Amino acid sequence: MFKVLENEVLAPGLHRLVVEAPRVAAARRPGQFVIVRSAPGEERIPLTIGDADGASGTLTLFVQAIGAGTRKIVAVPPGGFLRDVAGPLGQPTHIENWGRVACIGGGVGTAVLYPLAKALAEAGNQVTTVIGGRSAEFILLEKELAAFSAEVRVTTEDGSRGRRGFVTLELEDLLRNPARRPRSVFAIGPVPMMRAVAEQTRPHGVATIVSLNPIMIDGTGMCGGCRVVVGTEARFACVDGPEFDGHLVDFQGLADRLTMYHEHEAQCRLAHAGGGMP
Amino acid sequence: MINNLSAKERLSIAREKMPEQDAALRSRNFAEVNLGLSLEQAMREAQRCLLCKSRPCVAGCPVEVDIPEFVACLAQGDLAAAAHALMRDNALPAVCGRVCPQEVQCEAKCVRGVRGLPVAVGYLERFVADWAMANSADLPGPPATVPSGKQAAVVGCGPAGLTAAGELATRGHEVTIFEALHDTGGVLRYGIPEFRLPKGIIDQEVRRLIDVGVRIECNVIIGKTLTLGQLREQYDAVFIGNGAGLPVMLGIDGENLKGVYSANEYLTRVNLMGAGQVFDSATPILRGRHVAVIGGGNTAMDCVRTARRLGAERAMIVYRRGESEMPARVEEVHHAKQEGVEFVMLTAPLAVLGDEAGWARALRCQKMALGEPDASGRRRPVSVAGSEFDLPAEVVINALGTRANPLLTATEPALKLNKWGNIETDERGATSLPGIFAGGDIVRGGATVILAMGDGKRAAAAMDAYLRSA
Ligand SMILES: Cc1cc2nc3c(=O)[nH]c(=O)nc-3n(C[C@H](O)[C@H](O)[C@H](O)COP(=O)(O)OP(=O)(O)OC[C@H]3O[C@@H](n4cnc5c(N)ncnc54)[C@H](O)[C@@H]3O)c2cc1C
Ligand SMILES: Cc1cc2nc3c(=O)[nH]c(=O)nc-3n(C[C@H](O)[C@H](O)[C@H](O)COP(=O)(O)OP(=O)(O)OC[C@H]3O[C@@H](n4cnc5c(N)ncnc54)[C@H](O)[C@@H]3O)c2cc1C
Ligand code: SF4
Ligand code: SF4
Ligand code: FES
Ligand SMILES: [Mg+2]
Repeated sequence: MFKVLENEVLAPGLHRLVVEAPRVAAARRPGQFVIVRSAPGEERIPLTIGDADGASGTLTLFVQAIGAGTRKIVAVPPGGFLRDVAGPLGQPTHIENWGRVACIGGGVGTAVLYPLAKALAEAGNQVTTVIGGRSAEFILLEKELAAFSAEVRVTTEDGSRGRRGFVTLELEDLLRNPARRPRSVFAIGPVPMMRAVAEQTRPHGVATIVSLNPIMIDGTGMCGGCRVVVGTEARFACVDGPEFDGHLVDFQGLADRLTMYHEHEAQCRLAHAGGGMP
Repeated sequence: MINNLSAKERLSIAREKMPEQDAALRSRNFAEVNLGLSLEQAMREAQRCLLCKSRPCVAGCPVEVDIPEFVACLAQGDLAAAAHALMRDNALPAVCGRVCPQEVQCEAKCVRGVRGLPVAVGYLERFVADWAMANSADLPGPPATVPSGKQAAVVGCGPAGLTAAGELATRGHEVTIFEALHDTGGVLRYGIPEFRLPKGIIDQEVRRLIDVGVRIECNVIIGKTLTLGQLREQYDAVFIGNGAGLPVMLGIDGENLKGVYSANEYLTRVNLMGAGQVFDSATPILRGRHVAVIGGGNTAMDCVRTARRLGAERAMIVYRRGESEMPARVEEVHHAKQEGVEFVMLTAPLAVLGDEAGWARALRCQKMALGEPDASGRRRPVSVAGSEFDLPAEVVINALGTRANPLLTATEPALKLNKWGNIETDERGATSLPGIFAGGDIVRGGATVILAMGDGKRAAAAMDAYLRSA
């Protein structure tokens, strides 16, 4: 049992949880994730470790409640418990001083991007951050990111904050501007966003790291369910990733496999909203 | 021991049949197929044993269960004595009685099998073990132990780890098991289905360990949450029994289509997470009208019979050799057939074919013929030119086997491995690192429950000696 110490709503459906998990907190490095089960019988849900404090033995998780599994996790109040928290899983981010980097975050991906961007800044990189969301209320951590970024650029689909459009608009400007052009790009967000970013940087030959989110179960390389084709090889995202070279990822295959259980997921969502499952 | 039946009388008794759930009924539910012998049946079957002095059956058992002894007690109706004799050598008899490949182990060596059918050692073992579980309150508990003041860590809660932990605890050591998953049992829980091995048995065994003081910590992945190095610092000795949890991929086109599973994923979803088995389970599974399972071992049988139970109209085994070459237990093959499973033999997969939306729709296959024997002594399958054909299948399950998972071993380069990534040990289970022992599938590659248990037991004895000398 893992105690939830804080549960704060950052944006509609998006929660910041602080969870007591001393062993995981002590071992964790940026880029790694945990697998969480809210209660017996529930799904195993992979979540990036947003931040960790070894001294207090706590993890910060950012959870977007999109289906039954994540809704049950965010429904745990402070003082309540999560049944299982296992990790830290996956490879830590390779942090290096590239000079100039761009960090691109979309939706809940921004929250996950935060510790990575911070680590890159601490390693001496000049970090330009671009964050996007549907509308102003979905723009996360702008102030926090500004604390160490050379610049934070914001885009929203409805134009309610920052520039109207997608993060790729701002990235295009960066790539075209010799004075701002990044040596490396880190993109974390929905699959279509990461794919668009990778396509955009490809002709410029700018290294692009993406963090993949295929469907996972065990997170230890045991089931093979999280396989994603990278280059010519199927890799297990839970042990080899979750970060990969965006120019080599088969995004079509990834997006496709993510739809494998849409029917069942819709039923579970309905059941969670009210009554039992049909 | 009084024995009033003559050999001739014993020889005249026919082998008992295991009562089982009706095949049509059971291919739609997950309840155990074998219902267990009655006391009368068990005693009659026990009377078939000739109590051979040379004990060939004992030599056939990897942990040398004293078969004539426990069977003789059972034949006389002294179940407590039978249980005592059985459990001296086997810590998990309720499991082994159900899943051991008896036909190549104890029963293969039984003299009664030379002319007729061997004594049903597995059925009898199961009977006695189930009786002991049901009557544990009336049986003497474990002997009181003298605390040694030493602490041991066990990595993995499968049969190897469970056995090692039990043995170490009864020798007075303080034992903690670390398990990566959220529940206990290893393959016994996430791999072998309820209809072969009810999970209640594992729960009882785990409770028994907790009663003798073993601590079990789930959600701890050694190599990630804690390193082997940390365990070495914090504990006086470590046993590694982390199994062989890494699927071997098919390596054919279409393997990443939706509907293509590894056996580990498919079985874990159903057995560990309750998908399709527990009403309104949170975990999804694709059921499929046509399901093709590639492989011929126990894992393949478990997958295909699970698919039947999830509603598949056609549940098929696709195997590149012939039926007699299949490594699965004979009983599982027999049960699978009764349940309507189709056996597509001498057939190798070439590719999984998909539709425009990325769903599997068929398995492209090729016919094989048996050629010369290969290194394993089995005749090598060779492909028949021009024999390609497509089997309709929306779900394709790869049950080719598993290998050593490098998650733990990669973090301790000093630990000596063989070329397949399995941990090297001596015959006592000692690894190349002092105080670190290992056993089960991580040492042997995919093997059997009883071999894993035997390893756990042997290693625990060596660890005990190590702990007492240190
Ligand atoms: C390495 C990794 C890190 C992640 N980090 C975060 C994070 O920090 N914050 C966050 O909010 N989300 C994160 N996710 C995504 C999160 O795991 C999914 O949103 C969640 O599992 C959906 O479950 P659900 O039952 O709520 O929704 P469902 O309605 O069941 O599913 C919605 C969609 O989520 C995906 N999904 C479903 N089950 C799984 C699963 N077991 N594993 C992965 N994806 C699944 C599928 O595309 C599905 O269509 C991460 C995923 C991965 C793989
Ligand atoms: C589907 C299937 C059916 C089978 N049927 C039979 C049968 O009928 N008869 C038979 O005799 N054998 C059968 N076998 C084989 C048998 O189950 C195995 O040989 C046996 O379980 C091996 O035991 P083990 O303790 O070595 O490993 P496992 O049972 O694999 O247990 C290992 C445990 O360690 C955990 N673990 C792994 N890595 C770590 C880590 N880094 N840190 C912490 N914990 C970790 C795993 O989660 C697991 O719980 C079958 C196997 C499968 C897959
Ligand atoms: S443990 Fe297995 S091999 Fe040994 S006697 Fe029992 S059933 Fe036979
Ligand atoms: S070989 Fe067969 S008959 Fe002889 S003791 Fe063993 S079980 Fe009994
Ligand atoms: S989640 Fe099972 S192998 Fe990655
Ligand atoms: Mg879900």
